Amino acid sequence: MPISKLVGARVKRREDPRLIRGLAHYVDDIQLPNVLHAAILRSPYAHARIRAMRTDQARRHPGVVAVVTGNEIRDQVGCVPVASQNPTLRVPKRYVLAVDKVCFVGEGVVVVVAEDRYAARDALDLIEVDYEPLPVVSDPEKALASGAPVIHPEWPDNVAFRFDLKQGNLAKAFKEAERVVKQRLIHQRLAPIAIEPRGVLARYLPGEDELTLWSSTQIPHILKTQLSVMLKLPENRVRVIAPEVGGGFGSKLNVYAEEGLIGHLAIKLKRPVKWIEGRRENMQGTIHGRGQVGEVEVAVKKDGTILGLQYRVIADIGAYHQLLTPGIPPLTGLMLSGAYKIPALAIEVTGVFTNKVATDAYRGAGRPEATYVIERIIDRVAQELAIDPVKIRQKNFPRPKEFPFKTATGLIYDSGNYQGALNKALRLSGYQGWRGEQRKLREKGRYLGIGLSTYVEICGMGPSAAMPAGGWESGTVRVEPTGKVTVLTGVSPHGQGQETSFAQIVADEFGVPLDDIHVIHGDTAVVPSGIGTFGSRATAVGGTAVFQAAQKVKEKAREIAAHLLESDPEDLVFSESRFSVKGVPKKGVSLQEIALEAHLARNLPKKMEPGLTATSVFEPANFTFPFGAHICIVEVDPETGRIEIRKYVAVDDCGKVINPLLVDGQIHGGIAQGLGQALLEEVVYDEEGQLLTGSLMDYALPKAEDLPRLELARTETPTPVNPLGVKGVGEAGTIGSTPAIVNAVVDALAPFGVTHVDMPLKPEKIWRLCREKKERRAEGAG
Amino acid sequence: MPQKRVSLRINGRDYTHEVEPRLLLVHYLRDMIGLTGTHIGCETSICGACTVMLNGEAIKSCTVLTVQADGGEVLTIEGLGRAEELHPLQEGFWECHGLQCGYCTPGMILAAYQLLLRHPDPTEEEIRRGLDGNLCRCTGYQHIVDAVQYAARKMRESK
Repeated sequence: MPISKLVGARVKRREDPRLIRGLAHYVDDIQLPNVLHAAILRSPYAHARIRAMRTDQARRHPGVVAVVTGNEIRDQVGCVPVASQNPTLRVPKRYVLAVDKVCFVGEGVVVVVAEDRYAARDALDLIEVDYEPLPVVSDPEKALASGAPVIHPEWPDNVAFRFDLKQGNLAKAFKEAERVVKQRLIHQRLAPIAIEPRGVLARYLPGEDELTLWSSTQIPHILKTQLSVMLKLPENRVRVIAPEVGGGFGSKLNVYAEEGLIGHLAIKLKRPVKWIEGRRENMQGTIHGRGQVGEVEVAVKKDGTILGLQYRVIADIGAYHQLLTPGIPPLTGLMLSGAYKIPALAIEVTGVFTNKVATDAYRGAGRPEATYVIERIIDRVAQELAIDPVKIRQKNFPRPKEFPFKTATGLIYDSGNYQGALNKALRLSGYQGWRGEQRKLREKGRYLGIGLSTYVEICGMGPSAAMPAGGWESGTVRVEPTGKVTVLTGVSPHGQGQETSFAQIVADEFGVPLDDIHVIHGDTAVVPSGIGTFGSRATAVGGTAVFQAAQKVKEKAREIAAHLLESDPEDLVFSESRFSVKGVPKKGVSLQEIALEAHLARNLPKKMEPGLTATSVFEPANFTFPFGAHICIVEVDPETGRIEIRKYVAVDDCGKVINPLLVDGQIHGGIAQGLGQALLEEVVYDEEGQLLTGSLMDYALPKAEDLPRLELARTETPTPVNPLGVKGVGEAGTIGSTPAIVNAVVDALAPFGVTHVDMPLKPEKIWRLCREKKERRAEGAG
Repeated sequence: MPQKRVSLRINGRDYTHEVEPRLLLVHYLRDMIGLTGTHIGCETSICGACTVMLNGEAIKSCTVLTVQADGGEVLTIEGLGRAEELHPLQEGFWECHGLQCGYCTPGMILAAYQLLLRHPDPTEEEIRRGLDGNLCRCTGYQHIVDAVQYAARKMRESK
């Protein structure tokens, strides 16, 4: 084993020079000669029958090349795919453009293709569509009520799927309970808002019969397969390229109508076609996240021991499924026991169709919901039993020696030391001191709150058996004849920095400088196979594949070296990128010399194939389970409803760390999004299914000023699931932070008799709540 | 559509074009000049991805018409530094991991550029407030604040 030089070091990113100089190429930056621009007319109604359309004027508009409606291509382009093995699943057909009827505001109805984007956009205004409005179901709970309008008449009601999980003797748990605590919780819809909206550029070469599609996607290989099905093209004639991608957060972990539509248009028109999503389209038509309403009930003993938990939840699916829609709410169910020993559980998930855009994976995807449920209810229990929220958590943690720990939901937590992370967070935050401060300030009429969250999450996705579309990942390492190293990975980074961290892994293995390594991703014609970047899997699964490929290359190099040095492979030592004979350091050969020999292939061991390259496909045996403890200190001003975050400490354990700089960045960004949910963000539709938060003027994203300086620390508990010991960190910050912040605010408002507030905790809501509670008390006293 | 002649100096070079009066400056820079480092993120002047300097002031080029910039001087990210001599802000963003996906970065850097012109020694609070017109969804801003502080230090030292 070489002495590690780069793995674990704060190496600055190799991606950055092109990005800080404005030289990177996102989809819209790619210029192709003769390109056409597409614009899409979208439904202004949440639910309506399309009675008639008039497109002649648009067709005659100068610069317009084509106007295409859903009916015209319904048999030519396949439906938007959904990946799920749930036997109860109902899958309504989702055409790439609406056929006969629209089911949500923003659903594509007509596409215009023109010589430039302004002409395409102008022509949209010349299209007339007669809609016959239909009754709308916007609220998921109302959508389930009997007599509610049914969105898809193929089925008797709006149920999209069910998912149930029962383990242990719940009836007994509730019978033996000394206290039962119940809470209704709303996980509002959120918009992922990658700052780069989606975009698609497609080029078809009729001579070669080849379609190349550039898309702002997290999953180029999956998209390639699905596109070939949608477009009825042989898969080996489809190439997908994810160029520079400006953020995803799950919103680009999908196969969208526009990808099929633009690919189809490029084939039909025999010219390249580009479609760049506007922000308004993005708010209406790109997936949303969360959107659950649930009721949790726990059975506890007086000392805080949890005996059982029951959760009934309605998941707002939207009008149609997208790729992973039905897979997200079940993840909530699976992770409901959180970081605690809960012997009996029952979870009932009901997915419900509503006249809204689909929900799907948004950073955390099901786990923030689970963590919020368990972390909120454990605080509620602590409040009811007057136990310190630290003590109740400690009481229910599995001990480090109990790992691997099997949960009642059937998962096996790989490794963990929850108490260790919590202790560190308590120490760093000065928890006890803040409790004293809280008492003092309360006497002065100031409201300080201390919120905890001790989360565990599921990532490193994942074993293929448990995934809807493969959970392995590929890595190829090739030493070129000149000694430069090329790495191909099936993951598709879009900000996570794996061009750097994967190079660190290989540089350590080969003893070569970082600058000699180039990491290529996101092109299905270059990278042989892959799954993509999501579920905090890239390093745990993709990094391991790269690591194993490098090891294979090194073993082959050792054999070549032994052959060249006329020595036994076992007698060679590897140091500073060179094999030499043990005890005879001068007798050696460098990796570069070996690579050249491997390519020239004039003097290789018998039967050895030329070249110095290897591919590894890593199939993880389990998920990984990062964990941590977040502590948030807030002060709430009841007169204004303003929440000030006085301190935020996050102790996260993501196993081994390849590059601490990147890990810090992931945690910072994750916490910002978790804070966004807790305090600011909310997708709002009205009763008619109109999107009221349709632009960034109406949807509040966290700004620099909304965030405090975050204090980060780590504990390091390696996973046994992969040889690198890494767990994944992309979503941990989002998962851990939201309940810490909400718990802090509820704690601050405890003197008002507040036990729960639904997110987002906007000042107005807090102000009203405080006023209401005060008034009620005054009435009671009077 | 009638055309109008515009002349602009962009990153030190002079350009003259006939443009539609409604052509947005960001589309002019990206599609006609080929400077694609300026990005579009929201179309409503909220996200700041399209921020460039026009006549010494940071503006959102997605809501400025090209004809409004006629006769003006524009600085985009491509004109800020060179490979061998990065601007201290570019260096700061690189050193401090002030970017992830990089999409907001050119606009963020130019907004910070204006901030440092006005406040060469800003406090953390001033930096956070000064960047409120620019959204980043990746970094949580902390490393961006560090990057601006790094650049401020470096620019003061080199004076």
